[in-house]
Amino acid sequence: MDRPQALIGRAVERKEGRDKVVGRSKYIDDITFPGLIHGATVRSPAARGRIRGISFEGNMPWDEFTIVTAKDIPGHNHVALLMNDQPLLADGFVNHPEEPVLLLAHADKYLLEEARRCVKFDIEPWPAVFTIEESLARKELIWGQDNIFKSYLVEKGDVDSVWNTADFVVEGEYFTGAQEQLYIENNGIIAVANAQDGVSIWGSMQCPYYVHKGLLPIFKFPDDKVRVIQTETGGGFGGKEEYPTLISGHAALLALKSGKPVKIIYDRAEDMVATTKRHPARTRHRTAVSKDGKLLAQEIDFVIDGGAYCTLSPVVLSRGTIHSAGPYFCPNVRVKAQAVATNSPPHGAFRGFGAPQSIFALERHMDKIAQVLKLSPEEFRRRNFIKDGETTATGQVVKDKVDMQALLTKALALSNYHAKREVFTEQNQRSKIKKGIGFATFMHGSGFTGSGEKYLSSVVGIEGTAQGKVRVLAASTEIGQGTNTIFTQIAADALGVAGDVVEVAQPDTKFVPNSGPTVASRTVMVVGKLVETAATGLKQTLVQSGFLHEGYSSRQFEEAVAGYVKKFGQLKAFSQYKQPPDINWDDAKYQGDAYGAYAWAVYVAEVSVDTVTYDTHVDNFVALQEIGKVMHPVFAAGQIEGGVAQAIGYALYEKVVWKEGRMINNQMTNYIMPTAVDVPPIHVFFEEQPYSRGPSGAKGIGELPMDGPAPAILNAIENATGLSLNHIPLLPEDLMEAIHD
Amino acid sequence: MIKVNCSVNGQKQTLRAHSMARLLDVLREEAGLTGTKEGCGEGECGACSVFLNGELVMSCLVPASQAEGAEIRTIEGIASGEALHAVQQAFLTNGGAQCGICTPGMIMAAVALLKKTPNPTEADVRVGLAGNLCRCTGYMKIFDSVLRAVQGANP
Ligand code: FES
Ligand code: FES
Repeated sequence: MDRPQALIGRAVERKEGRDKVVGRSKYIDDITFPGLIHGATVRSPAARGRIRGISFEGNMPWDEFTIVTAKDIPGHNHVALLMNDQPLLADGFVNHPEEPVLLLAHADKYLLEEARRCVKFDIEPWPAVFTIEESLARKELIWGQDNIFKSYLVEKGDVDSVWNTADFVVEGEYFTGAQEQLYIENNGIIAVANAQDGVSIWGSMQCPYYVHKGLLPIFKFPDDKVRVIQTETGGGFGGKEEYPTLISGHAALLALKSGKPVKIIYDRAEDMVATTKRHPARTRHRTAVSKDGKLLAQEIDFVIDGGAYCTLSPVVLSRGTIHSAGPYFCPNVRVKAQAVATNSPPHGAFRGFGAPQSIFALERHMDKIAQVLKLSPEEFRRRNFIKDGETTATGQVVKDKVDMQALLTKALALSNYHAKREVFTEQNQRSKIKKGIGFATFMHGSGFTGSGEKYLSSVVGIEGTAQGKVRVLAASTEIGQGTNTIFTQIAADALGVAGDVVEVAQPDTKFVPNSGPTVASRTVMVVGKLVETAATGLKQTLVQSGFLHEGYSSRQFEEAVAGYVKKFGQLKAFSQYKQPPDINWDDAKYQGDAYGAYAWAVYVAEVSVDTVTYDTHVDNFVALQEIGKVMHPVFAAGQIEGGVAQAIGYALYEKVVWKEGRMINNQMTNYIMPTAVDVPPIHVFFEEQPYSRGPSGAKGIGELPMDGPAPAILNAIENATGLSLNHIPLLPEDLMEAIHD
Repeated sequence: MIKVNCSVNGQKQTLRAHSMARLLDVLREEAGLTGTKEGCGEGECGACSVFLNGELVMSCLVPASQAEGAEIRTIEGIASGEALHAVQQAFLTNGGAQCGICTPGMIMAAVALLKKTPNPTEADVRVGLAGNLCRCTGYMKIFDSVLRAVQGANP
């Protein structure tokens, strides 16, 4: 029969790609409603204090404005997340600069902007805390009993038994700065609301069901009175994981009070100053090694700055903690991790989710230990790579068929590492431009940490249409990474039909089940598997009911679907995640199978450092990774390239300048991300060791490329200059300081 | 309110605009051409790129009043009906668009580049697109797309 060629593994056309290249895709700011008015947020000028009064100044027709404060919230004034400690609108007190206090809406957005500037807050300033050090020292108590949102202790073996007898004990301290997600589409939401029908939200977001869950307590509405629809989303990177819940709440409050559809679109300056960033982190390592280069004990003290409210910090901390010991085997490990409060806007989800911070520290530290041992960075790592059957820091037995030795050999060959290292050393003696090459070896867990997937118990559906097509029903969002296309490939192959038989529903909580948030590199591996299972279920229904006979063509399949729907009214199949019995996690002890699978990688960076201008440039980059199965070669490479570029920014370009808890360079002109002339050639290579529980063996890759580049680059800089730099971002002014110290 | 007479994608139009409005605003809100995007509003990202009298401009930096009498071409005027321009087709085939928000501006900049430099090297492409930011792709697939649009070598 003319069974169509399998789609998985092929570079099929992006499902919504045509609309994107002709400018037809509708992002939130491209959408309007009859009678729509605009909303704006008036924010706290102070980092911490008591609100004494609000005044409405200027010659404004204030009676034309819809004005909302905390008093207008019919239900609970909080953003529903882990702790519910963040108010939707500050009520009496503010805890960070730019905290939302009051909302305005008006049909004329020019007048609205003028009015926003005319609302003045009188705030009694309270002492505030701005750094990890100040927070840990409890300079002021600003949150709970101790300024600590969450702490974890991971213990394996007994590190304390080792210190006295080890040949070497090596210590180091490493810092990573905040980073702005800088999706090119700013945050935006439209809300329509009335007391009878409830609230409907359209917007740019990663997680429609987070927004759904967040709106219920604000209005005390039952589930069916809140509807959330994701519109085409211009990038997320974690920045649209939790934050859209807050904007949706704001837009919905204005819509309810005004009786009109309300659109809130942040401009770039507001998006940068007010929304979440990557958590700044401080990591301390104390490592015992034997003289033959074996890790004996790792003690890791990992602290992240969570900002003023808890939001997702415990989960970010968790991923950072689990990744902090890396792809190495060490018999004794202790990780002490804390997320602390400061008076800056809450830090939040950003691709990598804590892992880039702790991996930066570890991979710099590994090079440092190698130096102490007088081993090459390569040789030291080779003596310590974890192998299948060995246990990680959390006691997880590695079941992936991982071969880090082979991966490292291949990456170093692909980058011509050894020859370049020699040539550079020789050339650097005669040049003011110093060249260097360095690498990092690491892994990244796919899916939610620990019992996360079990609690989510995600559901995916697939339905037949009267026209004979099938439609995938999932809340997983397309944010550029290719969800629509890859779900199509998976469903089409499971059904044995052509790609154009498959549609992917727009995520709309009224019609799609909760397949969980679009985060944690889980969409292909976890949700994709559910798509496959649901599709198989749908096919079985058709076969068992006699509508479909094995050996069918795409055309016959469509006829079977149409026939079934005509006879029975509907055709639907669902699939729900069930935790396999051999994946076990103990939340209390922080022990067990942290992730179902890991992607493994070796990244090699080549740099030149100009010792006159202090400019550092990445000249070449090799990214080799083992990801289970390459579902779509162009998208997979595109994910890696995009992540590497973002991580080059993290290492060398992107510095958030803080003043009393506020980002003061909140513009694209002075917060610099890599441009087309800054990025090096990025060479991407894949290895495939299929994971039995991923669709066609796939594991997650979305976050992986954020982890390795920064340490690889700083390792290369050390190779070039001999400078051991342990702080990112490293801008020319930072390098100048380091050279002169 | 002001009135702007101009031609957009070959059609004569009279667009009403707030006196403070930018070309970007009138194109999106009055002409209904939302393919042109706003990423920064300050001339840094290139998402708002359009042709104004044949020159590539960032429409967030152009006051609407300056479009009086001008000929404007936006992303909506790049394809001929359903037939994509070679650059659009190349972006579609080679992974040049991920989230797509930078894509209209990026395609306008690429079309402008190829008008001036019909046979660019990769270095030319890099410089030609240096005013357009993309956060998703790391630019590699965008360079591929532009170079392949030239070769007409779309697989
Ligand atoms: S919106 Fe015009 S350059 Fe960014
Ligand atoms: S494709 Fe998303 S910003 Fe370029």
